[in-house]
Amino acid sequence: MKYRQARWTSDVCLEPLVFELGGKGRRGTFSREKLLSDPEIPEGFIRASINLPELSEPEVVRHYTRLSQMNFGVDSGFYPLGSCTMKYNPKISEELAGLETATNIHPYQSEETVQGALELMHNLERSLAEIAGVSRVCLHPAAGAHGELLGMLLVRAHFKLKGEERTEVIVPDSAHGTNFTSAAMAGFNVVVVPSDSRGRVDIAALQEAVTKKTAALMLTNPNTLGLFEDGILEIAKIVHKAGGLLYYDGANLNGIMGKARPGDMGFDIVHFNLHKTFSTPHGGGGPGAGPVGVCKSLEEFLPAPMVEYNKKAKRYYLDYNRPYSIGKIKSFYGNFGVLVKAYTYILMMGAEGLEAVTDAAVVNANYIMRKLEELSDYEFKYPGPCKHEAVVSVEPLKTEKEVTARDVAKSLLDYGMHAPTYYFPPIVPEALMIEPTETESKEELDRFVDALKRIAEEAHTKPEKLRSSPTGTAIGRLDEVKAAREPILSWRMYKREKTKDAEAPPQEIKNDATP
Amino acid sequence: MGSHFLPSTRESLNEMLREIGVANIEELFADIPSKIRLKHGLNLPPPMSESEVRRHVKTMLSKNKPFTEMPTFLGGGVWPHHVPAHVRSLVQRSEFLTSYTPYQAETSQGMLQALFEYQSLVAELVGLDIANSSMYDWATAAGEAALMCARVTGRKRFLVPKLISPERLSVLKNYISGPALETVEIGYNSATGQLRVDELEGQLGEDVAGVYIENPSYLGFLETQVQEIAEAAHKAGALFVVGVNPISLGLLKPPGDYGADIVVGEGQPLGNPVSFGGPTLGIFACRDEQKLLRQMPGRLVGMTTTLDGNTRGYTMTLQTREQHIRRERATSNICSNEALCAVSAAIYLSSMGPSGLREVAETCASNAGYAMKKLRKIKGLQVPIFDSPHFNEFTLKCVKPGLGIETFNDRLLELGVHGGTPVQREFPDLGETAVLCTTELHTKEDIDKLVEAAARAVEGKK
Repeated sequence: MKYRQARWTSDVCLEPLVFELGGKGRRGTFSREKLLSDPEIPEGFIRASINLPELSEPEVVRHYTRLSQMNFGVDSGFYPLGSCTMKYNPKISEELAGLETATNIHPYQSEETVQGALELMHNLERSLAEIAGVSRVCLHPAAGAHGELLGMLLVRAHFKLKGEERTEVIVPDSAHGTNFTSAAMAGFNVVVVPSDSRGRVDIAALQEAVTKKTAALMLTNPNTLGLFEDGILEIAKIVHKAGGLLYYDGANLNGIMGKARPGDMGFDIVHFNLHKTFSTPHGGGGPGAGPVGVCKSLEEFLPAPMVEYNKKAKRYYLDYNRPYSIGKIKSFYGNFGVLVKAYTYILMMGAEGLEAVTDAAVVNANYIMRKLEELSDYEFKYPGPCKHEAVVSVEPLKTEKEVTARDVAKSLLDYGMHAPTYYFPPIVPEALMIEPTETESKEELDRFVDALKRIAEEAHTKPEKLRSSPTGTAIGRLDEVKAAREPILSWRMYKREKTKDAEAPPQEIKNDATP
Repeated sequence: MGSHFLPSTRESLNEMLREIGVANIEELFADIPSKIRLKHGLNLPPPMSESEVRRHVKTMLSKNKPFTEMPTFLGGGVWPHHVPAHVRSLVQRSEFLTSYTPYQAETSQGMLQALFEYQSLVAELVGLDIANSSMYDWATAAGEAALMCARVTGRKRFLVPKLISPERLSVLKNYISGPALETVEIGYNSATGQLRVDELEGQLGEDVAGVYIENPSYLGFLETQVQEIAEAAHKAGALFVVGVNPISLGLLKPPGDYGADIVVGEGQPLGNPVSFGGPTLGIFACRDEQKLLRQMPGRLVGMTTTLDGNTRGYTMTLQTREQHIRRERATSNICSNEALCAVSAAIYLSSMGPSGLREVAETCASNAGYAMKKLRKIKGLQVPIFDSPHFNEFTLKCVKPGLGIETFNDRLLELGVHGGTPVQREFPDLGETAVLCTTELHTKEDIDKLVEAAARAVEGKK
């Protein structure tokens, strides 16, 4: 059985760019009625022309339908992208977030006219606070990294009020790349602590790294190896004793939800990825939502407004009266449409359902780990059991056959599966980071393991084939070096390049697709 | 409950546990210290079936009053526009909707090409060569622009107009607080609202990284001295950053034509619903210059070819600027962005074409013009407060003694009309003032109803 992705194609490209389609005078939508008055814009401020494509509605629909067919989503198949929690996204959530009573309300409407939206945000906040064991949750951040930045700004506000100058944030060497950047963006110096031989934070090294300058430790638990930081209570003690705060990167919450709570572990600040754990779709890169929960003592710093409930008046309201608030990190109140979907999901799952999610996610990951341990070409550098994801190394294939983690990952695409995250975390050589999620059945996991087994066999017999994979996808491997060296980032730049080439044509232009 | 999302049964789980070699699920969690194990589960409402959750959420949301059910004149950063049915239908296609960031280019060409088209369409719209594939919203894009100006110039002051959206200014200030940049607010001409160019020039020195303006401004008027501002900024070696409502660019000169180095803005009106203020879509574009491109934040999709050079394709590129490679030296921490909103914008702009977008923009401005003309006849109101051309938003001030803008708005609401956003708290100098917005969705009847209600509200009648 061989996977074949749709491959809409002309001679030299898959599907023309929208600028290369349509024809003069066509349009896809809108015809206006009579103008009520002449716009009072002075002549000098009116633009002469605008270069947009001209297509009819069916042309637009066909073009973007074809593009969608050359894209792979969770609804297409297995998507074991580590640390991204690519679980099924319920259709009911889309339906409810698409209601006119959700899409056609304006953030500046009077509170009387948006009581439902405020109630939903209030309830979602309570549920998230319960799930993470925190006191309050700010729903504003648009993504996990955005939440991290907010978290770091809260850390700074906390120490500023206390009059302490703390300049360092500690991050383990296995941490997500965003942790380093978020801490730096908030003005902190990043101190890296190594992992120990068990793949957990080296506690002795942490003890050394913690000083009077330590503002916070950022930690993912389960960590990016999928392993639970079982020294968490001691870690929390060390950081807190030095006066620092503990930040929880919530990307991996799917591994412990309903089993243990970051707040109970000693974390002071927690971010959630609603587009991971709470099943809102990732949309090819967003929109997501990255709410931030905090313990009681940090509440006062959260952005305004927070949603509050006036029991007497039985009325929800937006509270801007927050004198110690750091101010805002996003306009309005967050990605509301995403919040509706996460709320719907939590309501459907309930406490039992969320725990069942964790159970299935963790059993699935351990099952893959166990099955791959049987294959000599796949190595686990750190013993399990793991939580929601497992990191395997294909170092043996690299050493023996010059087949890399990338080659193995790309080969998987030809089995109609998405690739795992690879080369991450950096502490594992030739890493494949596999997160199956609770969405997959045992049969699907067996197919995946079988695919990896066949790929390993081929690595020994036909390594060239793996290096030139994938072949069943819409396109084969791309020239990434060229993309970076001669960046073409828009139709304008492309046209300019073409003109340059036409004026001085020493080489043949191979990617010219203009009809 | 949502167990129908899980294919595993007790039997299949047990079978897997046997293979794993553990007696029960509990063993897989044995490494969590018992002190922090949840003993009684989470305290959440009991699970609901699909029909129950549909009823529950629908009932809750029905307490909202959509602006489609009452003439509403709110803008201020997100604006209600018509979203063509096919835009929503296409972005709901699950291959787009349920995919992650297109890390695997070979199996994600659809999303990559759609994002390349978005970048290209935004570049055309703003009149610059390069746009990234989205930021979170206008405010965070403005914050990132300030940071980028500082990286490019090595300077630490960022000049902004006093008449800026207060929310945006707050976000911007938080974004630049890390490297301790400083904002300086430039005053305005009290008759026209226009930036005080003399004051700007006084502030421009060797420490200024960038000059930021919003056009149209937060209060709806156009900044007419853009050329002078651009020249002054460039003369001082600063970058010129312009924030826009992209719909206005169907009609107005693009900032690239008057010297902008960076353009930011809110892309929501391009095919995305207002949705209580989110998801939003941060526009970020810049001139094609190495020193700018290298410092640009956010994801970029580039055109390339297959390794054999034969077929055109798309891939995320210049990732050495990004967090997962550069870590603490990255240009920004952004990774998940607003990709699907960007695809909506691409489909929207492709559907509008040059004439459609122009007509939407003209209709927005025309409706505002009509509303202003009618409202300014009402004694006790000043509409607008500034003598400048306006696009689709404008100010309304209660000048009748004793009449506050909030009381005025409350009376409008009782008459079935939602007035504008009060700004008197953030801008006390402007008095009892609100900002109103019209788009192509407002009919003559809507505006006439506003005018009639406004006249009664000023009189104190209900």
